[in-house]
Amino acid sequence: MAGLELLSDQGYRLDGRKAPELRKVQARMSVFAQADGSAYLEQGNTKALAVVYGPHETRGSRSKSLHDRAVINCQYSMATFSTAERKRRPHGDRKSSEMSLHLKQTFEAAVLTQLYPRSQIDIYVKILQADGGNYSACVNAATLALVDAGIPMRDYVCACTAGFVEETPLADLCHVEESGGGTSLSLALLPRSGNIALLQMDARLHQDHLDTLIEAAMTACKGLSKVLDSVVRQHLKEVSVLTRD
Amino acid sequence: MLKSKTFVKKTRSGGVLKIVREHYLRDDIWCGSEVCKECKDEAPVLQADACIESTLCVSPHYLIPDTNVVLHQIDILEDPLIKNVIILQTVLQEVRHRSATVYKRIKDVVHDKEKHFYTFTNEHHRYTFIEREPGESANDRNDRAIRVAAKWYSDHLVKETWGRPLKVVLLTNDRANKEMAEEHGLLVYKCDEYIKSLIGNPELVDRLALTSDDQNDITGSKLLFSEHLPLSRIQAGIKNGVLLQGTFHANRDNYLEGTVLIQQDEKDVTEVLLQGLQNINRAVNQDVVAVELFPKECWVAPLSVVLQDDGPNDEDAEEDEAQNKYLQILTSKSIVRKPTGQVVGIIKRNWRPFCGMLSPSQIKEATRHLFTPADRRIPRIRIETRQAATLVGQKIMVAIDGWPKSSRYPNGHFVRSLGTAGDKETETEVLLLEHDVPHQPFSQAVLSFLPKMPWNITEEDMKVRVDLRHLCVCSVDPPGCTDIDDALHSRELENGNIEVGVHIADVSHFIRPGNALDEEAAKRGTTVYLCGKRIDMVPELLSSNLCSLRSNVERLAFSCIWEMNHNAEVLNIRFTKSVINSKASLTYAEAQMRIDDTNINDDITKSLRCLNKLAKILKGQRTEKGALTLSSPEVRFHIDSETHDPIDLQTKELMETNSMVEEFMLLANISVAQKIYDEFSECAVLRKHPSPPPSSYDILFKAAKSRNLVILTDSAKALADSLNNATIESFPYFNTLLRILATRCMMQAVYFCSGMDSDFHHYGLASPIYTHFTSPIRRYADIIVHRLLAVAINADTTYPDLMDKHKQAALCNNLNYRHKMAQYAQRASVAFHTQLFFRNKGIINEEGFILFVRKNAIIILIPKFGLEGTVFFENKDKPSPDHSFDSEGPTLTVEKHTFHMFDKVKVTISLDASNIQHQRIRMALIEPVIPGVSVAVGESEPEAKKPKLDR
Repeated sequence: MAGLELLSDQGYRLDGRKAPELRKVQARMSVFAQADGSAYLEQGNTKALAVVYGPHETRGSRSKSLHDRAVINCQYSMATFSTAERKRRPHGDRKSSEMSLHLKQTFEAAVLTQLYPRSQIDIYVKILQADGGNYSACVNAATLALVDAGIPMRDYVCACTAGFVEETPLADLCHVEESGGGTSLSLALLPRSGNIALLQMDARLHQDHLDTLIEAAMTACKGLSKVLDSVVRQHLKEVSVLTRD
Repeated sequence: MLKSKTFVKKTRSGGVLKIVREHYLRDDIWCGSEVCKECKDEAPVLQADACIESTLCVSPHYLIPDTNVVLHQIDILEDPLIKNVIILQTVLQEVRHRSATVYKRIKDVVHDKEKHFYTFTNEHHRYTFIEREPGESANDRNDRAIRVAAKWYSDHLVKETWGRPLKVVLLTNDRANKEMAEEHGLLVYKCDEYIKSLIGNPELVDRLALTSDDQNDITGSKLLFSEHLPLSRIQAGIKNGVLLQGTFHANRDNYLEGTVLIQQDEKDVTEVLLQGLQNINRAVNQDVVAVELFPKECWVAPLSVVLQDDGPNDEDAEEDEAQNKYLQILTSKSIVRKPTGQVVGIIKRNWRPFCGMLSPSQIKEATRHLFTPADRRIPRIRIETRQAATLVGQKIMVAIDGWPKSSRYPNGHFVRSLGTAGDKETETEVLLLEHDVPHQPFSQAVLSFLPKMPWNITEEDMKVRVDLRHLCVCSVDPPGCTDIDDALHSRELENGNIEVGVHIADVSHFIRPGNALDEEAAKRGTTVYLCGKRIDMVPELLSSNLCSLRSNVERLAFSCIWEMNHNAEVLNIRFTKSVINSKASLTYAEAQMRIDDTNINDDITKSLRCLNKLAKILKGQRTEKGALTLSSPEVRFHIDSETHDPIDLQTKELMETNSMVEEFMLLANISVAQKIYDEFSECAVLRKHPSPPPSSYDILFKAAKSRNLVILTDSAKALADSLNNATIESFPYFNTLLRILATRCMMQAVYFCSGMDSDFHHYGLASPIYTHFTSPIRRYADIIVHRLLAVAINADTTYPDLMDKHKQAALCNNLNYRHKMAQYAQRASVAFHTQLFFRNKGIINEEGFILFVRKNAIIILIPKFGLEGTVFFENKDKPSPDHSFDSEGPTLTVEKHTFHMFDKVKVTISLDASNIQHQRIRMALIEPVIPGVSVAVGESEPEAKKPKLDR
C-alpha cells in the first residue's frame, strides 16, 4: 500500500493544516482546588493535565535539598486510555523517566529557583490523550500551572515540535506525522529572550537543514506563547471579577 | 480561519483500532479561476476563456473528471488539447491508492503550466467536505464528495462571474453517479460522449480507452479464459500457501509458454512454468500474478521449441489448432520435470504503452484492428481506430485497457504515431521508447545551469586546485571520440620511482547537486551509444567541450596520482582536484604506433612506453589473482557519410594500448573505491559482480566435454586458468567461443550502496572492492563517486542526499536499471543496423559455428559479423524433417546428421522482410548437406528466394 502523503503538492498536510500552522490550542487554568496550581491544555487531540505543588519544604531526606535554590521535581505519566490501544503504563519506565528528566531540565532553566533555597517545587503532568507532541503539551500545561501557582519564572516556557518532510519544515506534528515522517525535533523556548530551554532530536538530519528546522520550531513556539498569554490574561480577568465581590 | 472537526476512523492492524484524527476545514481554499473576484488567489490557474469547442457544451467550461475517468482516460487528459481541468483532492487520493503510475502521470500534468490543471483541496474546504453517512460505502461517499464539490463549483462560478456563461462539466462513466448528479442540476457527461462531441479533433477519439461497458459488444460470447480470483481470495491463498506470488515472464521465443519467478523466500519453488494460453490466463509480461501449482505428475520439462504467434487475424479456431498441437508435444516424454501451474489472478498489472505496428483487418471499413507489439513477449492488442488506412506502415504506440475473459486478445487504444516503419529515425525512436531511455532534448531549466560561455578557469578555481599544466598528459581513446573523460601521464621521479597519474574530467565541478541539470543526469543515468547516434547524459556543451579533456586546452580534472616502483607496486597515492593541459589526444592505433616506432622519442611517447610497461605488469598481477578475460563478438559499422547507412562491418580489434588504458582505469577505480569506502562506510557507491551459481555453468561444462576438455569453476582463478588451457590447435576460434559462452554464464555487475550490502566482491575483476570513477561524462555513478571522493579529501562540501544510504540505494537501483536498458538498446540498435546492412547486401554465404542446440533449431554465430541467427528444423506449413534431441550433449540429430555445439557450418544469410515489423535475418543451412533441409548454395542475387526454412 502506498504510504501516507504527509504534505500535498498544494501545501496541505494530512489534517488540512499548512506547513507552519499549529493545531488548535485550548487551555484552562485552576482546574483543581486542592493543588497550588493546575492547568488543563489541549493541543489538537493531545490533552495534558498539569498540577503544581510548592514551593514547600523538601520531603524525604534533607540531603536532597540545595542550599542556594529550590529543587524541581517532575513526574510525567500517561493515562492507560491515552492511546488507541489500552496499555498499562507502570511508573518509572524508561520513556517516562526520560521525559520527567527533560521536563525537570526545562523548568530548572525557567523558574527563578534561587528565590526559594532549601525548598522543593513538584510538577506532575499526565497525558490524558496522546496525539503527538506529548512533551510540548506537558511543558505548555506545566507553564500555565506554574503561573497559576504564582511561582516566578523568567518567561513563559513554550514548547513545540517540528518535523521535516520533503524539504519543508512542518510545525506541531500530530501522531501520524511523528510516526511516519522521520525527523521530529522538540524545542522549548523562552520566547521573549529567545533562549532555548531544551532542544531534543532523535532522528538523523542533515546539518544544512537544522537551522531552518529550529527556526520553524521557534516561530511555532512564539505563536504558542501568544496563545498561552491570552489564556492567562483571560483567567486573570475572570478571577478578578470573582474576587471583587 | 481554523475550523476544527474531528472524525473517527477504524482501521485494522491486528485488531480493531479506533483512530482519531483531526480534520481541519478551511475557508481560504480558492477556486483557482481567473474570473473569480471573491477568491484571493494570487496566481489563478484556470483561464477565463476556457474554450474547448464541443457540441455538447457551447459555452466556456471547466472539466471535473471523476476517479475512474482519470484512471482509465489518462491518455486523453494528457493531450495538449484538454485544458482547464479541476482535479479534486478526493480523486487524486483515490488515484494514488489505485495506481502509482497514473498518479505520477496526473501529477506531471498538474505541474505543467500550459495545461491549466487545478487541484482543488475539496476535503478541507469548508463547504465541500462531507462526512460518510451510516450505511454508505467509501466509494459512494467519494462519489458524493465529487458531486458536492462540482455543485459548489457551479454555484460559486455563477455567483462570482455575474452571469458570465462559465460552466462546470462533470465527467463520469458511472451511470448511477451520472443520474444522481443530473438530479442536482449538474452538467454531466460520459467521458466518451464528451470527447466525441469535441469539434475538430476526431483523432482524440482513438485515444479513448475502452470501458467495460463497451467491451461486451466487441467480443463474442465464448469464454476463453477462466475468471480471475478476487484480490481478497488471492491474499488468503498466498497466506495459507495454496497460491504463489511472482512476476510473470513471457517466453520470447514461444508465445504459449512463460515462467513465473516466485518472490517468496520461504518457498522451495522458485520458478513455475506456465504452458498454454488458458494457464497463462491473460497475464502479460512483467505482471505480478498469483499462480496455483499443478500436482507433481503434471510437471514437465520446458520445451526448447520456438513458436511464434503468427496466427491469422481474428480466427480463434486456427489458434486453437496450433495450441492443441503444441499441447500434444507437451505430453511427450520428459526427463527433468519442472513445476507447472496456472495463473488464477493478477495482483498487479505492469502495463505500459507499447510500440508496434497495426495489422489491419481484412475488412476495409472495419474499425477494430489488431496491433502487433515490437516486443515479442507482449500479446497482440485489439484497438479501435478510424485511421487504420493512415496508420498502416507506421510505428505506433498503444496502451492496453483491459482483457476480458471472453477475448483472445487484450483491448487497447491508440496513443500516438511515431513515424514510418523502417525509417532509421522511427526505428531508433522505437527502440529508445521500448527500452525506456529518456531521450528528449534537454529542457530549458536544465540548460540554464550550464556555465556561461566563454568559459575560463578563474583565479578561484586555481586556488583550490593543483596546477598540473606542465605535465605531459595525453589521452588515448577510440577514433571519433568527442567525450574524452580520461587522460594519463607518467614520469620518472628523482628517487628513481615512477609517478603515474590518471586524470578524469571534473564533471562534478559543473553539475552541482540538486539542480535541474543534476536531476536530469541522475534520471538518465548513463549516456547511450547507438550505432551512429549518442544519447547524452549531460548536455553537449559539457560532454564534448568543457568536460572533455581535449588536447591543448586547459581543463579541470580530478587526478589520481600514484608513486610506483618499477615492479608496479604502489608506494604512495594521492587524490587531488587539478588543472591539466593535455598535450595530445591519440587514438588507440596512434598510441600503439608511437610505442612500436623506435624512432620517436619525445616525451609523450616515452611516457606511453613507461605506462605500457607498467600496465603489462599490472595485468599479470591481476590475472594471477584470477581475473577473467571474457569475450563477446562486438562489431563496428562503417557508416556511409552521406546516407548514414552502414556499408561495412568489422569486428572490434583489441590492441595493447586498449589494455594499457583499461589497466590504469581499473587501478584508479579500485584505489578510489577503497578510499571512499574507508571514509564513508555507510554510503559509498560501489560496484559488485556476484559470482554466478554453479548451475549456470552447466552449458559450459557440456560444451567443453563435447571436445574432451574440462572446465573448472571452483573459483574465478580456476575458471580463468582452465579457459586459458582450453584450446584446440586445429580450431583456433574454439577458445573465443568458449569465452563467449562463459560470458553468458556470468551475472550482471551492479551498483550498490555500501551501507545496504555486505558482499562487495567483484568476481570478474577478482577485486575485493570496486567502483566506477573514470567516466563521469557518460555515467552518473561516477559523478556520485567524484562527489564522495571530493568530500573525503576536503575539496568540496557534502549535501544531505549524499549521506543518506536509502537515497543512495534508490539511486543505484535506477542506475542499474538504466544501464541494463542502455545495453539492451545498444544491442537492438546493432541488430537493426545489421538488418540494414543485409538489406543492402542481398544474400551472403558465410561460415559460422553452432553456439547452442535447441530442440527444433540450432543457433549459429557468424564470427565475421558478430551475428547470431537461428536455423529451424520444424515448421507449420511443411512436414518437418525427422529429428531427435538429446539434452545430455546437447545434440540434435536431423535426418541422421548430428549437430554438436561448436560445429562448423555454412549458411546463407538474407533479410526476411516479409514481416515488416519483425524484419529478421534469415539463415538457411548450406553445409553440411542434408537432403530436404539444407539449401543449394544461394547466388548473391536478391531474387534467389530459397525455400523458406524458418517460421
